[in-house]
Amino acid sequence: MRTNKAVGIVFGNIHDDDVPQLTASRCLASVPFGGRYRLIDFCLSNMASSGITKVGIIAKRNYQSLLAHLGSGKSWDLSRKNAGIILLPPYAEAKAIYNTRFEAIAGVSTFIKRCTEDYIVMSDCDNVCNFDYDSAIRYHIEKNADITAIYRRRTFDASSSRPHNLMTMDDTGRVTKVELGDKNTAGERCFFTNMLVISRRFLLTILGDGKNYTSFSKDVMKKTNEYRIFGYELTGYYSCIDSLSSYLRHNLDLLQKENRDLLFKKESGAMILTKVRDSAPLRLENGSKVTNSFVADGCIIEGEVRNSVLFRGVRVAKGAVITNSVVMQGVSVSIGSSINSCVVDKNVIILDKRNLSGHATHPYFIAKNSVI
Amino acid sequence: MRRKKCVAMLLAGGQGARLYALTNMVAKPAVSFGAKYRIIDFTLSNCYNSGIDTVGVLTQYQPLILNDYLGNGEPWDLDRSYGGLHSLPPYQAKAGSEWYRGTANAIYQNLHFLHSYNPEHVLILSGDHIYKMDYSKMLEEHIATGADCTIATIDVNVEEATRFGILDYGLDGKITSFEEKPKNPKSNHASMGIYIFKMSSLSEELKRDEEDEKSQNDFGKNIIPHMLATNRKMQAYSFDGYWRDVGTIKSLWETNMDLLGKNPEFSLNSTSEDKIYGRTGGSPPTYLGTDAKVQNSIMTSCEIYGSVVNSVLSEGVFVGKGAVVRDSIIMKGTTIEEGAKVEFSIIDENVTIAPNSKIGVGGDKDSLVLIGRDVKLPKGCSIKSGDIIERYINENK
Repeated sequence: MRTNKAVGIVFGNIHDDDVPQLTASRCLASVPFGGRYRLIDFCLSNMASSGITKVGIIAKRNYQSLLAHLGSGKSWDLSRKNAGIILLPPYAEAKAIYNTRFEAIAGVSTFIKRCTEDYIVMSDCDNVCNFDYDSAIRYHIEKNADITAIYRRRTFDASSSRPHNLMTMDDTGRVTKVELGDKNTAGERCFFTNMLVISRRFLLTILGDGKNYTSFSKDVMKKTNEYRIFGYELTGYYSCIDSLSSYLRHNLDLLQKENRDLLFKKESGAMILTKVRDSAPLRLENGSKVTNSFVADGCIIEGEVRNSVLFRGVRVAKGAVITNSVVMQGVSVSIGSSINSCVVDKNVIILDKRNLSGHATHPYFIAKNSVI
Repeated sequence: MRRKKCVAMLLAGGQGARLYALTNMVAKPAVSFGAKYRIIDFTLSNCYNSGIDTVGVLTQYQPLILNDYLGNGEPWDLDRSYGGLHSLPPYQAKAGSEWYRGTANAIYQNLHFLHSYNPEHVLILSGDHIYKMDYSKMLEEHIATGADCTIATIDVNVEEATRFGILDYGLDGKITSFEEKPKNPKSNHASMGIYIFKMSSLSEELKRDEEDEKSQNDFGKNIIPHMLATNRKMQAYSFDGYWRDVGTIKSLWETNMDLLGKNPEFSLNSTSEDKIYGRTGGSPPTYLGTDAKVQNSIMTSCEIYGSVVNSVLSEGVFVGKGAVVRDSIIMKGTTIEEGAKVEFSIIDENVTIAPNSKIGVGGDKDSLVLIGRDVKLPKGCSIKSGDIIERYINENK
């Protein structure tokens, strides 16, 4: 049975600065991913399929494309009579625009006070996974927790990027220690995914006056003795986007059947939904050669595509070759051109005989609407 | 309430018996077409593209899947608060209940629905044709000529003319004769089964026809001939675009094949004015494996590890390693396992073709194999061209 007692909150601009190229004209939440999706689709689909019918999206800048994508929320069945999707932009008179998640939450405390649900589920917009929040909420209730932090096991080495909050848990699953990983972190550790379940009343207490907290990880999560914080493991496929190369790499993750099945197969749980665009079917012409690629509807391909992800409506002319790349919606690649290890943003036109190449760790980025 | 200028009535209750196994479980308008559509999408999208926002869909035969697909009409922008899509099945009334006896009777039984919108004109459509047409142009002409009824016509091959209602008209478009499925057609102007009536004339004609006990209550057989005989103003509207009746297995196959090629006879890659809309699932993009070989085909959300040539593949179709699909139509959710060969076939939804099976190998378009919904074919089985398989075949047989 669904609990239906939770509200979702999604941070729409978190990590915008990690991929400045992609977020120049949009927020991270509406960055295209996986051939036909935008990053926020994963989060919204997971919440919707977990029985959550009210989702607040915190956005502070560049959210035009996000608004266009969300529409009424009906694509995720989140166009509801009493709730559905609620965009939470900053108030114009706010003292300062927030920087941390905690400050962002404090900025929408009116929304949280008005909610009647007992629990709040929070997530960053760039968590690409298929996750059942409902089971995490049930675990949260069972443990009588203040916070249930969703974590992921991972083996760290010197090449690991982005500082992670590492969690240590006792036998009961209670978090006993939260520390910031650094470049010396090694071996298998549990890191916090920035997805959590929190009791609404508890949240209002820590938001209250006198606490002067500014950050979940620095001020709240560290107080493992004072607060009942539990860990809940996220299995299956998981990625988050923290650089252009990780954006390319995680898109190309979908070329592996295992990853696709974990993320998209019905048996995985949530059905990942997105805005319907009514493109024509994918068309592969005589002479085309497309291998190990993930190709969306509306593409017309006469040339060659290998190890790549193509979004809707990409046109690849005869003799054009695309390899190891992510090519977004509406791009056209003309006769005799080649693209390798590139991230090509929307509606780019690549004229005849252009050769563009980056490297897997340093993809070459082509900005939206460019003509090359 | 505001008066609606034009309300559309879409006849979607036919069985489509000549599609055999394909319509065992679904009405013809709900049969898959063109990799991601169902036949009825074309007519409903035409309505949207022509600015028609009120459509009554008359259902009767096997309506479950069709109704489920139509839902609230949202994919065609027909989830309107005044107007929108209405499913109109036959119903029980105080005076008794009856099935729709003919196309005209189906509209007659829903005159109350029409009156509730008080339209000036009524557009009658059928849900089993593949075409793109701007009905608003036809409506403009209908209004300009002041006709009681305007019939859309298209020129067909003389050999085919016996399958249609054939009419003749003068230079001014005035219809001079009409014959339903004539043995010796006088012209090659075929009725497309698309009519626009003045509401007042339609209402009178339907009531009169209903009182005629000898009438079959059919537009082509009764209403149109009677209107001509009584000198009603009847106009032809000639249409010269692509239009196909997909009433037979062969025409369904050929019409799907018309979508292929660099400059296809009928293109699904449309502008925003003539886009085709449908209800789509939430499936991920198509994955083409390392050994995939695909030529001259269209598909949506498939997983391809083998070869696909000259074919149309719907959402969720799986083609295993070493499998070959040629000149075929594979519908939603069907699995073609490793090493299987499929040629000149139409395979319905959720069929499983076990490894190394041979389906229709060596066939041609006059001997298509047809495999019905949910059939599971055993390993290594061989289906010869021209066969129709409707049920599960026992592995021991």
